[in-house]
Amino acid sequence: MRESLDQWTFVIAAYAIVVVGTVLLVGWSWLAMRLAERRREETRK
Amino acid sequence: MHGFANPARFLRIARWLTPALLVSGLVLTAAAIVYGLFYAPAERLQGETVRIMFLHLPTVWLGMAGWTTIAVASFVEVVWRHPLAAIAARAAAVPGAAFTLLGLLTGSIWGRPAWGTWWVWDGRLTAFLVLLFLYFGYIALAGAVAREGGSSRIPAIFGLVGAVNIPIIHYSVLWWSTQHQPPSIGLSGSTMAPEFLWGVVVSMLGFSLLFGGVVLARMRAILADVQADARLRRKALEA
Repeated sequence: MRESLDQWTFVIAAYAIVVVGTVLLVGWSWLAMRLAERRREETRK
Repeated sequence: MHGFANPARFLRIARWLTPALLVSGLVLTAAAIVYGLFYAPAERLQGETVRIMFLHLPTVWLGMAGWTTIAVASFVEVVWRHPLAAIAARAAAVPGAAFTLLGLLTGSIWGRPAWGTWWVWDGRLTAFLVLLFLYFGYIALAGAVAREGGSSRIPAIFGLVGAVNIPIIHYSVLWWSTQHQPPSIGLSGSTMAPEFLWGVVVSMLGFSLLFGGVVLARMRAILADVQADARLRRKALEA
């Protein structure tokens, strides 16, 4: 029996995983940088 | 090169370069995603799944580029004791691991309709999975050294030894008979049709700029933490 797969399901899944993963990575890194630099400024006082 | 070893000089450059890399990376990546989803044509053999290539190629490239960054920074750390080298290596580890995982996932999602299976234990896929485990080991080791105060040379040596896996990944499709196809893009040219090649080039450039911005942001975070901790220790000694 030949399996029928909707190729678009795989395409959408791949794009969703990469977009969500990349946005999380960029957002987390940016936030961690801002928090660490704010902490450094507070230790100057 | 030692001129950039000065953290103050590094911060002066990184303050404008970090948002510049992230914004230009986001714009190019978004353009590549829109092209890949809505404008790229279906391919004769792969059909619609060829669109996954616009994400799979940049993510696997950055998985390998991440460890190459760790290896180069580790070499500089071991040989010249460059003060920012250990920070650069540590900063590249998490984004490198993230893109390695995304490369494995997109490859697996592409493999199901194209090969009829989510996974095969062939040379390329197995060596790339080993790369992910090496990242996990490096992240744990570098984190432990930073917390417990050990020598930064320990993760640097691990970074250099782990680099042996990079040529194995690259040449695996040439050395062994594998399910994975040979390289589509090389120094001598490409086997891709132009309508796919340009989309892949823009995507690789966009994701690479994002990777650079993320590494710089993480370097700034590590540097700020180190400087804040040093100040708090000094204040405690003075009190």
